[in-house]
Amino acid sequence: MLSVDVEKSLGEFTLSARFATANGVTAVFGPSGSGKTTLVNMIAGLVTPDRGRIAIADMVLFDSKARINLPTHQRRIGYVFQEGRLFPHLSVASNLDYGRRMSGLPADAAETKRIVELLDIAHLLDRRPGKLSGGERQRVAVGRALLMRPRLLLLDEPLAALDAARKREILPYLERLRDEVPMVYVSHHAGELRRIATSVVRIDAGRVVAVGGSELLEELDADAV
Amino acid sequence: MLDLTPDEWTAIVLSLRIALVATAVGLPFGVAVAWLLARKDFWGKSLFDGVIHLPLVLPPVVTGYLLLISFGRRGPIGAFLADYLGIVLSFRWTGAALACGIMGFPLLVRPIRLAIEAIDQKLEQAAATLGANRLRVFATVTLPLALPGLIAGCVLCFAKALGEFGATITFVSNIPGETQTISAAIYTFTQIPGGDAGAGRLVLVAIALALVALVISEWLARRAGMRFHGE
Repeated sequence: MLSVDVEKSLGEFTLSARFATANGVTAVFGPSGSGKTTLVNMIAGLVTPDRGRIAIADMVLFDSKARINLPTHQRRIGYVFQEGRLFPHLSVASNLDYGRRMSGLPADAAETKRIVELLDIAHLLDRRPGKLSGGERQRVAVGRALLMRPRLLLLDEPLAALDAARKREILPYLERLRDEVPMVYVSHHAGELRRIATSVVRIDAGRVVAVGGSELLEELDADAV
Repeated sequence: MLDLTPDEWTAIVLSLRIALVATAVGLPFGVAVAWLLARKDFWGKSLFDGVIHLPLVLPPVVTGYLLLISFGRRGPIGAFLADYLGIVLSFRWTGAALACGIMGFPLLVRPIRLAIEAIDQKLEQAAATLGANRLRVFATVTLPLALPGLIAGCVLCFAKALGEFGATITFVSNIPGETQTISAAIYTFTQIPGGDAGAGRLVLVAIALALVALVISEWLARRAGMRFHGE
């Protein structure tokens, strides 16, 4: 479904990654500083690779040979950032609606209601993001990304800013999303990925070192390896 | 209470009109310049920044004189505007608005620039992933988040325009009913015997206007701040 073959040099660091994923949840697993965030930023179009190709099914997002580089806003890829990045000047409801409005999709009250219930955020709709707890903020961020009907959902360490109790609170919601949309889930935390991943891409120091199933997560956390 | 003469009223209304027009017309340019200075690196940026700030450090008479020789009827820009567009600025209230706008421009740009620089660009990236093109990112994220800076810049520019004297009187003179603002009227009162009462009245009006502008800006800024933190 997603195929990636890219190279990017950032100063001393070189990222060179090649892999393809099926539907489901692809875990991108590796220690801090191994290039995970750069990799997902390239898929989202926030970072431009030096060369290579990125495609979702037969839709080419980037191809250095064919000089294709679809701008971020035309990629329809949902992105849940580590810090949520909710818009502080908009209510939760307006945050949720933002992607739909900007992507020019028709309003769909039933779909909004379904996602709001799935993530249990109905009681937050009138609030401002500044008044939300970390866990609530991430649930709203997931909802905001889902409601733009993405082709693919990127999650970059979505639980990293939360304490252990909050992590346990959110994980079940993320598991529910497994059938909603294909996902690329970035983390250096094996325990979190073990519950949700259907395939694993393991990277270290800017290279893909293994591609496989969840058996790649049997070891300790990547930072401890 | 204050027994203002018709001429004094005229000066007050004219001052307000000039300051409002100077600020309103300056604002879009101010936002564009602030965004350029906050976000873009280009050749000659320091020089550009310097030119924008020049009216703040030059003697106002110098700015007024430069306006007179470029925008006057025989000046290169003034002649073009008069011959082809029928716009005359010299010795008109519109010229006073131009002088006030240019004097207030650096004060308008600075808070907006600081506000734009303070915006977390990661929010703009998030907006792009949600399908917003650059223009819509600017309109729906950058501009609303810079709103407190816009308000501060407008108030400073308006206050500066309301009190501007040197550049205005040099460029468009001191014509009652056309270019005589509160400041120019006070100056005139001080030049004639027995003008103390008139000057005193206009001084009180100037103080009141400044206070009202400050209170309104405080209120607006607090409301804008509440939108980010309150419910």
